[in-house]
Amino acid sequence: MSRLDLTTGRIDMTHGAGGRAMQGLIERLFHAAFDDPVLVRADDAAVLPAADGPLVMSTDGFVVSPLFFPGGDIGSLAVHGTVNDLSMMGARPLYLSSAFIIEEGFALADLERIVASMAAAARAAGVRIVTGDTKVVDRGKADGLFITTAGIGVGRVGVHPAADRARAGDRILVNGPLGDHGVAVLSARGQIGLNVPVHSDSAALNGLVEAMIAVDADLHCLRDATRGGVAAVLNELCDRSRVGMTIEESALPVRPAVQGACEALGLDPLDLANEGKLVAVVDAASAQAVLAAMRAHPLGRDAALIGTVVDDPDHLVEMTTRFGGRRLIQWRAGEALPRIC
Amino acid sequence: MGPITMGLSPDLPGSSPAPATRLRLSVRGLVQGVGFRPTVYRLATGLGLRGFVLNTGAGVVIEVEGARAGEFAEILRHGAPPRAHIEALETHRLAASGRDEGFRIIDSDTAAPGTTRIGPDTAPCPSCLSELFDPADRRYRHPFIACCDCGPRHTIAGALPYDRARTAMGGFALCAACAADYADPASRRFHAELTACPDCGPRLTLDPADILREIRAGAIVALKGLGGFQLICDASQPAPVERLRRGKRRDAKPFALLVASLTDARALCDVRSAEAEALTSPERPIVLLHRRADARPPLAAAIAPGLDTLGVMLPVTPLQYLIFHEAAGRPAGTAWLDQPTPLVLVATSANRAGAPLILEGAEVAAELGADVDVLADHDRPILARADDGVVRVLGDQARSVRRGRGQTPEPIVLGRALPPVLALGAQWKNSVCVTRGDRAFLSQHIGDLDSRATLAFQRAAIDQLMRFVDTRPVVVAHDLHPDFASSRLAEAMGLPTIAIQHHHAHLAAVAAEHHIDGPLVGLALDGFGLGDDGGAWGGELLRLDGDGFVRLGHLAPLALPGGDAAARQPWRMAASALARLGRGDEIVRRFAHRPEAGQIAALLARPDTLGQTTSCGRWFDAAAGLLGLCDEVRYEGEAAMRLEALAASPRIAAEGWRISQGVLDLLPLLDRLSRLDAGAGAGLFHGTLVAALVDWALPAIHACPGARVALAGGCLINRSLAEGLITTFAARGITALLPRQSPANDGGLALGQAYLAGLRWLRLAKEA
Ligand SMILES: [Fe+3]
Ligand SMILES: [Mg+2]
Ligand SMILES: [Zn+2]
Ligand SMILES: [Zn+2]
Repeated sequence: MSRLDLTTGRIDMTHGAGGRAMQGLIERLFHAAFDDPVLVRADDAAVLPAADGPLVMSTDGFVVSPLFFPGGDIGSLAVHGTVNDLSMMGARPLYLSSAFIIEEGFALADLERIVASMAAAARAAGVRIVTGDTKVVDRGKADGLFITTAGIGVGRVGVHPAADRARAGDRILVNGPLGDHGVAVLSARGQIGLNVPVHSDSAALNGLVEAMIAVDADLHCLRDATRGGVAAVLNELCDRSRVGMTIEESALPVRPAVQGACEALGLDPLDLANEGKLVAVVDAASAQAVLAAMRAHPLGRDAALIGTVVDDPDHLVEMTTRFGGRRLIQWRAGEALPRIC
Repeated sequence: MGPITMGLSPDLPGSSPAPATRLRLSVRGLVQGVGFRPTVYRLATGLGLRGFVLNTGAGVVIEVEGARAGEFAEILRHGAPPRAHIEALETHRLAASGRDEGFRIIDSDTAAPGTTRIGPDTAPCPSCLSELFDPADRRYRHPFIACCDCGPRHTIAGALPYDRARTAMGGFALCAACAADYADPASRRFHAELTACPDCGPRLTLDPADILREIRAGAIVALKGLGGFQLICDASQPAPVERLRRGKRRDAKPFALLVASLTDARALCDVRSAEAEALTSPERPIVLLHRRADARPPLAAAIAPGLDTLGVMLPVTPLQYLIFHEAAGRPAGTAWLDQPTPLVLVATSANRAGAPLILEGAEVAAELGADVDVLADHDRPILARADDGVVRVLGDQARSVRRGRGQTPEPIVLGRALPPVLALGAQWKNSVCVTRGDRAFLSQHIGDLDSRATLAFQRAAIDQLMRFVDTRPVVVAHDLHPDFASSRLAEAMGLPTIAIQHHHAHLAAVAAEHHIDGPLVGLALDGFGLGDDGGAWGGELLRLDGDGFVRLGHLAPLALPGGDAAARQPWRMAASALARLGRGDEIVRRFAHRPEAGQIAALLARPDTLGQTTSCGRWFDAAAGLLGLCDEVRYEGEAAMRLEALAASPRIAAEGWRISQGVLDLLPLLDRLSRLDAGAGAGLFHGTLVAALVDWALPAIHACPGARVALAGGCLINRSLAEGLITTFAARGITALLPRQSPANDGGLALGQAYLAGLRWLRLAKEA
């Protein structure tokens, strides 16, 4: 068995061929980093204890470019993405699987960094990576590395956030500045023409959601605002709930650096991807309490009430601009931006 | 059959030799709200005929009986009232009944399907004006004076047939004197549905004398007009005009002026004869005029900053006339209208920038609050919202710039009948269009589809248009851009949809208006439209054929540094041009006052990461930016309008352009501009652009039969460009065709969409 050179070595086809080279990679790299008793058994599947509530499951593929960006990398993103999808159902995330599709020639040092970051993210979020898979594809068949994670969580009794539960009068909350991830990734790609000092907001939101549920178990809608940004989330909620929304531009939390980059590039912070931001639609009566709970949590310090759900047969999202004008927040047919999550 | 008192019909066996003919005439067209039935009454009784006339949803039905009934149809064709337009007249012979006592105007039949038309709103006719200013007349100073020949129609019509009960006048019962006028065949108000007087008509909340006093004191007055509220103030006082800008959230877009008469318009502007005709036409559009250097009275600077054009209109409502009448000292008679009146008003729609026009007095306070000082309301409701129409004379023809009050719902006659189509227009300056047979009905200006209220207005306008036109579309046409609100609405309508490329639609509107069926070469000189290759098009040389087109060429693409922001900041387009000239190092120096100049220069150094556009509008922006005219536009088209204002003497730059493989590149011209002052540069830009466009398009035009070229797109509102192209093409023996009834900008797009979708539907039906 060839020694795994984690400093200068590169992935070759043997690492995915099912032989000893592959086993070495899995044990030295994945098992060592994830360090989970179920995972290291290396069975065909993970056997998990029975849960005390309904099982909630989600899966997500991650193809971000570049793989490393200020504030994170594809590994932490792959954990946060699936943890957040489970959290948005009001569930407590417990277990993850992870599948790696690696391009021949990929640096083992980079892979190790990514796996370590994934392990750290999982530990911080309190979830276990209990099963996985590795495939190697020919040079040119993947953009370095793709990761797919699946997650299982357990639902909480009486907590049923859903996209079709927004009602006229409800309030719309976000947990902090918008667009950080999108701008950080664009900046890391060299597409902004200068380095914007912004880090991705990539984070696991299960703790924040728990804090919100503690003050209002009946959150009407919860969505993480990833691809398509807050604009896509609000439009989708309106569509599914058959309502409209009115938001205030002046209430939107946006960092000055992100605002500046958006003005230069003609982008809208509402369209930009986030990886640690959620949109919550809550009853007007509990909006202030939920907002306070969010602000008391480290991931919600800059949380803001950005608007109100209204009756609207067209299911439109309208923004009152800083100058008192109005404009519709579009739900784009296609992508406004290259892939960033 | 009833008792026979006049002898038997000649069609019946045993008829007597004394022939009494009974005919039924079904008339369609613009035959309601134009004094049609009273005219029928006079003509019929003049021939000694008996029978009746009534409005139906389908038009007017007449039955006449008598010895001279056979002459009636011919006499009606020639004697129809001036505003009427007979599209079809069918005659059926009936058995004579002898039942009728005389000739009567009877109640409308509301059961028949509506296929008739309602006319546009018009200003008071000369007879009504005489009464309005005659102290002895019982309608002296009555703000709602109207007759068979004049007054509102479209904006007060709720449904057809056009009867008082179904109009906004339905709630005002006629007093005895008005009822007598209404019933008197000799009266100008015989069966005039808008008949009213101070005793029985709608009431103002503020007398014209009080309105004038407030205006003089510098107030902003919300005045109820025909299709919505207007905000008016004294155009010679800077303070209210500046407050109006802040209140409307409108930084610089020019305000229209309302003056008492042509005399006053001439004191402010040069008025060509076609412009005088448009100003004084009964529809009273806003006419874009060239401002005189010695304009009198002096106007507040904030009315049209940096521009040499003013939008001017004459009064369209009696109420507007009455305000000027007060300013003139309340003289008797109408002679004062030929004298200068010491009052010029700013008159703009009552809304915040981007929102639809306000219809209710209560909304004025809610929407505009403290920005309005005085509310001049009345109790006649507005049933259809319509902004003022805007026209500009280009090449001796008044052409629509914005379809509005006075222009809708007039049909555009097509060269052929089409299946019923609904076209939803584009995103900005939206209007919609429906077709019925060989008529296309292009709606009033709806606005930018960028607010909930404007989308609701669009839906209401569609509903009302379909009701008035009475057509059930079989297909919905929309723009190719999937993110336009109109495209999303099209998807939601549950009918087959056809997506039409933006500039194809622009040029097809010209083909539709000019009845051109064969191949047609056209120049679309525009802002932005999605191309069928996914690109941002806007300076296109197309060849239209049937319902398809070929892109023969386009303007050279310019990089768009910062997407939509580049369209709002002409300096960015100037930077883009500099980068293409290899002079990117000058960007930061030239635009040192822009904090993001360094960033934009860096972006432009890597043009592969930027989107590109072939838009003619962006070439205008680049020129304006290089000439230092306009860093950031405050309203769409500002840079081009300010450039036009300086282009008094167009000149042609030798070797100012290159043409290669269908691509027209004006970069050499921009290189030249970057070293000129604004005045010289503006003239050089316009002159060279015209010469280059003609040079570029000529081979394609010659390769196509007909020696003609279609011109459309938002840039054609520019007089220097439009008239330069018309005359330069004419010198080469080419007829330049521009739209006239439909705006050349996106306001006319729905017509082109409807036309193309109709043609495609016909073709698909034939192929199927
Ligand atoms: Fe256009
Ligand atoms: Mg997912
Ligand atoms: Zn009249
Ligand atoms: Zn009366």
